[in-house]
Amino acid sequence: MESNRRTFLKIASIAGAAAGLKGVTSAFSSPTSDTAEKQKKAAAAEQIRVLTQDGKLVCVPTSEVTDVSEPRITVSNLEARAGIAGKKFVMVFDLSKCDGCGKCTQACQKMHFTPPDREWIKVFKMQDSETTAPYWFPKPCFHCDNPPCTKVCPVNATFKRQDGIVLIDNTRCIGCRFCIAACPYSSRFFNWTRPVESDAEKNIPYSPERGFPRRVGTTEKCDFCADMIRAGSMPHCVSACPMDAIYFGDENENAVTNHAGETVSMSALLEDNAGYKYMEELGTKPRVYYLPPKNRKFPKPETNKKAEGMT
Amino acid sequence: MNGAANHNHPMGTHMKQTTVGGDSMEDVFLKPLGGGGGGRLFKLWMTGLILVAGWGLYCYIRQLYYGLGTTAMGNYVSWGLYISSFVFIVGISHSGTLVSAILRVTNADWRRPITRSAELLTVASLMFGGLMPVIDMGRADRAPFLIIFGRIQSPLLWDVICITTYLTGSSLFLFLPMIPDMALCRDRLGATSAPWRRWLYRTLSLGWQDTAANWARLERCMKIMTVIIMPIAVSVHTVIGYIFAMTLRPGWNSTIFGPYFVAGALYSGAAAVVITMAAFRKAYHLEKYITLVHFNNMGKIVLALTIIYAYFNINEYAVPAYKMESAEGYLLRDLFSGGYATVFWILQFGTVMLPAVVLSFTKGRTPVVGSIACLVIVLGAWVKRYVIVVPTLLHPYLPVQGVPYSWSHYFPNWVEFSITLGALAGIMIFLTLFSKLFPIGSVWEIREGEEIDRRNLLLNEMTAKEHAQTAVSAEAQP
Repeated sequence: MESNRRTFLKIASIAGAAAGLKGVTSAFSSPTSDTAEKQKKAAAAEQIRVLTQDGKLVCVPTSEVTDVSEPRITVSNLEARAGIAGKKFVMVFDLSKCDGCGKCTQACQKMHFTPPDREWIKVFKMQDSETTAPYWFPKPCFHCDNPPCTKVCPVNATFKRQDGIVLIDNTRCIGCRFCIAACPYSSRFFNWTRPVESDAEKNIPYSPERGFPRRVGTTEKCDFCADMIRAGSMPHCVSACPMDAIYFGDENENAVTNHAGETVSMSALLEDNAGYKYMEELGTKPRVYYLPPKNRKFPKPETNKKAEGMT
Repeated sequence: MNGAANHNHPMGTHMKQTTVGGDSMEDVFLKPLGGGGGGRLFKLWMTGLILVAGWGLYCYIRQLYYGLGTTAMGNYVSWGLYISSFVFIVGISHSGTLVSAILRVTNADWRRPITRSAELLTVASLMFGGLMPVIDMGRADRAPFLIIFGRIQSPLLWDVICITTYLTGSSLFLFLPMIPDMALCRDRLGATSAPWRRWLYRTLSLGWQDTAANWARLERCMKIMTVIIMPIAVSVHTVIGYIFAMTLRPGWNSTIFGPYFVAGALYSGAAAVVITMAAFRKAYHLEKYITLVHFNNMGKIVLALTIIYAYFNINEYAVPAYKMESAEGYLLRDLFSGGYATVFWILQFGTVMLPAVVLSFTKGRTPVVGSIACLVIVLGAWVKRYVIVVPTLLHPYLPVQGVPYSWSHYFPNWVEFSITLGALAGIMIFLTLFSKLFPIGSVWEIREGEEIDRRNLLLNEMTAKEHAQTAVSAEAQP
């Protein structure tokens, strides 16, 4: 599994470079009046040699090259809305392994170029009551099967796919923020101001499967790294978890895998560890499961009797 | 209404006569239409309003450019003053239906001098209230998507449908009884007014000819509209309540939100009618027509609606408070004894119970005291919407942890206040300009009322005479 993943990454980086190139060529062929001039100027600028997917060696300006260390497959909006046939993605968090390090959040923010003020996956310090033990609680979007957010969207900008993933199309979103109000898990965030685009992000084409480049006045949230799943790799939070606490997989295959490469039976994992869904009583049917924080091998979070949300 | 239907033609001919002879009632209501610059106070009032509205417009354009980040909203409190004001202003628009339609249907004759201003308030507040969600949109440029990609499953679409229907319906409801008055303006002000005014009245009178057929048709349309407009008005605030009630949020997840919102809308709307009534009465010296009777009767209506609203409040808060279910209890603790306690109790006792007590007394239903009580009600209704919207958003199921202070707290900033006040100024401008263009009371209906009074008086005299005669003949019999 591990070696497979490495070879895959190698291939992916080449494919990614090619994807970057595709963006460049299309930008150059746009039929604006001063394109030719610009093209000359760009040609005069610093160049770099790149091997394309079909084995050609070409020159491109360095300013146009994006460092793509991960696969980035861009599908059409229709495909992004349909999802991957035959799949039902799930995530399982083993709370007995989570030590609240926050590496999942960091990796997620890096991968999605997220401004530091919003966390698509957020690690909460929870304590259900004064007498019960505190625990760490990482929370992505739950990609509910009965999603309160997609129900209320007036323009079908956020939608549920056949593979269980809930995504947002920021070319459609009108910014009414009804979905933010409707989500009981506070999983949605809004682009209140004009987004600041990093250089790395600039040349990546938009897809609802990755949520960036961002657009002002639109909503965003955890997307289960839909573009990475399509490319056959794990969501970033999963592969960044040093405790191997996050499992990701396909319900139809009844298999989930963590960062260590342990692939286990989903039903057995849930059965043996008394897995549950957070706030199931709301009827939202989340696709994210939790295993209770028992037999912990590391210090639990400090008891905080005044923790907010404690009931 | 029935009385009018039976006497359409005589009414019409009567009106024609008065257009020649001149009449004090008509003069009073047509006087503000005289053109000219208006008084100094009027100019000052309009300048002030235009400045406020202009500043609001500037702030909105600024917000369009920089994004909603210019407001104080954040990812927790993602709906703030704009949405609260939307609920409030659309609530005010329920006034016209209540006063006009219900009083028409119940044949309350005292309604005549105040129906026009009530219907006008409905249209004005609905126009600007309906703008508030657009102002709140992150991408106002994509507003057409609501029609192109609209999902009927979304409560927001229900709102779009209900509000546009209500705006169309209430505009018609305002315009229909204006037609005979437009003909009056056309005939009476034709010689003296500016050409554009003549054109305006001629166009809006739709060729009204004072014939029996004209009156019959108008009467029929009015009857239909009066009945249709009431369920539409109820639907509007019901679906606004549904925007909140269709979510799983503590404090919003309530089955009574539809009727609760309608009750709140009627209570604040009726109070707003009293204020509008008092303002027009003062501005255009209508003391002879908008009398103490109107303030007394409207005061009673507001009182009844306030009590209904208080009853809904008890249901909305006391029932969950008895159980203190975890998330709901967390919110209720904040409202009852936490950060929002002061505002919450001032609202419950100061703007619901206190006005109810004041309006219970005859002396509390005078123009001055009644208007003040109603002003308190209207302001309270506005803050109440805010207290329904914001605290719930600050109390999500998951704890608010590790976010900037500005996200876990909310108070509207100057941009939000400027834009909202700009919208309110827009309502005032609309009301003022309307009152300078069209009669602020329904002249023909007031006349009809006077006619009915006179007829009743005659009828009483006749029956009294008959009684006397029968008494006399009875005495003469033996």
